[in-house]
Amino acid sequence: MIPAKFDYVSPTTVEEALQALAAAGDEGKVIAGGQSLLPVLRMRLNAPEMIIDIGKIDSMRGVRDDGDAIVIGALTTHAEVQTDPLVREHALLITKAVSEVADPQIRHRGTFGGALAHADPAGDLGAPALALDAEFVVAGPGGTRTIAATDFFVDLFTTAMEDTELLTEVRIPKWSGWGAHYEKFVRVAHQWPIVAVAAAVKVDGGQIAEARVGLTNMGSTPLRATSVERALVGQPATDEAVRAAAASAAEGTNPPSDLNGDADYRRHLATVLTRRAVLAAAGG
Amino acid sequence: MTSTQERPADAVESEIGKSRRRKEDQRLITGRTRWTDNIQLTGMLHLAMVRSPYAHARITAIDTSEAKTAPNVVTVLTGADVSDDQGTLITAWPITTDQKSPAHPPMAVDRVAFAGEVVAVVAARSAAEARDAAELVDVDYEELPAALDLKQAAEADADHGVLAHPDLGTNKAAFWQLDSAAQGSGGSVDEAIATARADGIVIEREYRQQRLIPAFMEPRSVVVDPTGEQITVWSATQIPHIVRFALAATTGVPESKIRVIAPDVGGGFGGKLQITPEEWIAFCVARRLGRPVKHTETRSESLMAGHHGRDQWQKLTLAATKEGRVTALKVDLLADMGAYAALVGTGVPVLGAWMFNSIYKFDAYQFNLTPVYTNKTWVDAYRGAGRPEATYAIERLMEELAAEVGKDPLEVRALSWIKHEEFPFTTVAGMTYDSGNYEAATAKAKEMFGYDELRAEQKRRRESNDPVQLGIGVSTFTEMCGLAPSRILGQLNYAAGGWDHADIRMLATGKVEVVTGTSPHGQGHETAWSQIVADRLGVPFEDVEVLHGDTQVSYHGMDTYGSRSLVVGAEAVVRAADKVIEKAKPFAAHLLEASVDDLEFTGGRFTVRGTDKDLGIQDVALAAFTGHNLPDGAEPSIDASASFDPENFSFPHGTHLCAVEIDTETGGVKMRKYVCVDDVGTIVNPMIVEGQVHGGLVQGIAQALFEEAVHDESGTLVSASFVDYLVPTAADLISFETGHTTSPSTYTKLGTKGVGEAGTIASTPAVVNAIVDAIRHFGVNDVQMPCTPARIWKAIHDQGGGGGEPTPGDAMPHFDEQDVADRTAGADDGGAR
Repeated sequence: MIPAKFDYVSPTTVEEALQALAAAGDEGKVIAGGQSLLPVLRMRLNAPEMIIDIGKIDSMRGVRDDGDAIVIGALTTHAEVQTDPLVREHALLITKAVSEVADPQIRHRGTFGGALAHADPAGDLGAPALALDAEFVVAGPGGTRTIAATDFFVDLFTTAMEDTELLTEVRIPKWSGWGAHYEKFVRVAHQWPIVAVAAAVKVDGGQIAEARVGLTNMGSTPLRATSVERALVGQPATDEAVRAAAASAAEGTNPPSDLNGDADYRRHLATVLTRRAVLAAAGG
Repeated sequence: MTSTQERPADAVESEIGKSRRRKEDQRLITGRTRWTDNIQLTGMLHLAMVRSPYAHARITAIDTSEAKTAPNVVTVLTGADVSDDQGTLITAWPITTDQKSPAHPPMAVDRVAFAGEVVAVVAARSAAEARDAAELVDVDYEELPAALDLKQAAEADADHGVLAHPDLGTNKAAFWQLDSAAQGSGGSVDEAIATARADGIVIEREYRQQRLIPAFMEPRSVVVDPTGEQITVWSATQIPHIVRFALAATTGVPESKIRVIAPDVGGGFGGKLQITPEEWIAFCVARRLGRPVKHTETRSESLMAGHHGRDQWQKLTLAATKEGRVTALKVDLLADMGAYAALVGTGVPVLGAWMFNSIYKFDAYQFNLTPVYTNKTWVDAYRGAGRPEATYAIERLMEELAAEVGKDPLEVRALSWIKHEEFPFTTVAGMTYDSGNYEAATAKAKEMFGYDELRAEQKRRRESNDPVQLGIGVSTFTEMCGLAPSRILGQLNYAAGGWDHADIRMLATGKVEVVTGTSPHGQGHETAWSQIVADRLGVPFEDVEVLHGDTQVSYHGMDTYGSRSLVVGAEAVVRAADKVIEKAKPFAAHLLEASVDDLEFTGGRFTVRGTDKDLGIQDVALAAFTGHNLPDGAEPSIDASASFDPENFSFPHGTHLCAVEIDTETGGVKMRKYVCVDDVGTIVNPMIVEGQVHGGLVQGIAQALFEEAVHDESGTLVSASFVDYLVPTAADLISFETGHTTSPSTYTKLGTKGVGEAGTIASTPAVVNAIVDAIRHFGVNDVQMPCTPARIWKAIHDQGGGGGEPTPGDAMPHFDEQDVADRTAGADDGGAR
């Protein structure tokens, strides 16, 4: 299908991109890897007048060590994040989750920042970003600000960013030595998760010292299963103990109903997948 | 001209049975070919369709003024603008003489009957401009109540409920019955069921065949060039010959003035067995403007408005003896036709009428069909067409019967199936199966599968309450292929014949052109037909060129569907080749100075018995071309044509075994093993057959697990993209293990039976049987397709068994001895369950 007509610019610096965004007003749309936007344009679900292609802004690409955090440039592709040694060492949960994004073709085109800024509650990166206290560095006409993950995701496809702002990088505190697992439940491999659970666990002497659990597609934004996190502290990493803690995984969630299952089924899945994710994270 | 030259050894080796790489693949895989959408003609315009967003609505006004003035728009036409030209699209198979078929104008005039129906067309200089202008066409609709639910639609009449077409006064298209007592092929089904109720087993079930969407790789596309003496139509179709006939019949243009070309076509699966409104509209616009036009549908349009498949409710009553031998089957079928009677239309479920009895010997059988119109996308053939639905029903029932009598499902089937020594066998439905060997296929499949070991593992998992349960599903299927004997089609009120045609042209250089009336769209006919001709004429494989899909080249043909090409089309090729040999013989005798009676033909050469004199058929072709030295009065040609009308259908069969693991905590399905042993008669190219089997299996498994066309309560297609219509990929499936037994068809020289639909027909019940088998001990006896994890989990959960904790006393395979005893004890009432 053919998108509606649009104008196109491809700035090479963040400043140029911000100027283009400001000039476009409501009619501008940023494209990075295009893996979500292009289908939307082609199916004419949206028809922005101006497409701002940020793909040539090299400063927004790559992963770097920034002391107590690692910083992932928004334009870094999923495939680059997936194989990055810094990410693996300090944010294993990100490595695990990004490996589950769609398929290899999409992981080589789609970008880490683009997927997060798209804020699809069924996207694979929101829950781990939330679980790991990621911070979103956003450039705008008034300068740069940092938004905590808990504030970043506002609603379905909606973030705390203004139309005139651009996500430039994502800072993730170091979680070195934590075990991690992303448990994703799908019917076919190329599908968005029906439900997925992101778990990071610090095990000390066979006991869970601390845990972080994020839920994908259990509401209009990624969610944290804080009651599960609390219940896990001090528990042995056994099936029985984790099962009990995971029972509250769906508390406070408001999952969707669709062709893949209703909300009740998703709530049930959340408990099963949470147990599996936590046990897998604790095991390695 | 005699020669004693030795032929290379490989030239006489049979081509039949050789896994030749496909001739087609290099150009297809590298994209060095021309699809319909690649065709560019000078001055060509592009079309975009304006489609109804409503399932049922009156069109009160259409304003095209803004669209007409959009950049580079040449014309905008509505249904009203062409109402003088457009009649109704044809249905080839009204199953009864009094069938009710609503008029189906290619463009709706004052009422739309499904969401996606075309209401206007825009022609512009580019596809983008046409699309933009289509959005400017302003249509006022007055929404009408829509008939969407099949069962409710069947109940509706002029006074109650909603009619898809109010002027018909009913939603029922017809009533069609096959009754074994009435036609003399068996007893009374009601008597047999009554007997079983008194002293036997009666199983009553209702199964849903969900609506599916043919999802071929290449969307439909059509180009029409009206310049020139003939109007040329390129179409991504399975049926160029039928398209030509239908366009002639519905436009008044003489058939001889229409040339239809199906170039390389990217898949069809029945979805391109259609005369589409878009073909007709493109033809109409091109003629009106005198300029070439092109229309290529988007994937969204393809999913929404191209015909769908399946969509039935099947009410089934199976009667059996206490031991589990089937005595009768009664089928009450509701089939959703969608908004219109499509090309095959109501005939699709009729094709199942002879297949519900499958490989079994029943005393009595009755099939009652009510096709029903609804305000949904029209329904027509989809890979298997009628036969997968029938096979699903009977193979699910055989599994239920096995559970009921507490026997192994394979043993129960063997109680009722036709024994090898009983062929040829006339079934209770009245079909005569010529050959088959169900025992051999089943024995081989069991061995390949490791059946006993998997049953033992299943038992262990049951006993240990493993959260992952193992299920084994069986499907011993047959199908009727090689559509079709023309006389039978005539008796069934089908509008055309079922023969096919071939021409063989012997060129001066010894090369051979084979023209086939079948129309491949991915199957590999060029390779297989070349092998067949190389084998028959003894010429090198590389010397054979197969021509097809252009009515100017192939003037006679019935095209490709219903696993007919190899069975009917290639048989015509064989017979044409034999005629070439017969025509060449007197020429060879003349050139060899021998008597015709002394000639033998092997390996492409005529030899004179008792001498070393011989002559190749390619040399005879040259002699015919020059005409210098032929028998007196001979026509200087050894070309030949043949039409072949099959005497009977062919009946491939096979035994498919599937093992699945069910994660009882999530309802997730993991396929563990899939073994199939298919008997498709003679195999021409094992690699192509393997490809057909694998692809067919995937499509059948997809019905069991993944695919479903879902409409919302207003009639809008919800599964309108591949995000929601789940077509599986290689990542979602395991490697299948395939095997063969061979019982050649006795009706053809080749002995082939057809393989295009076998995998699809067989695999769906095998998978669902495996799923039900895995969780039957929770009290589950059905899961509606597609068997999503949510549905499976709910089935377990609703029976109180959730979370991998089955009722302890029932933790065993359903034919376990203890289980049998329990069930038999409780089965004294002998009634339905």
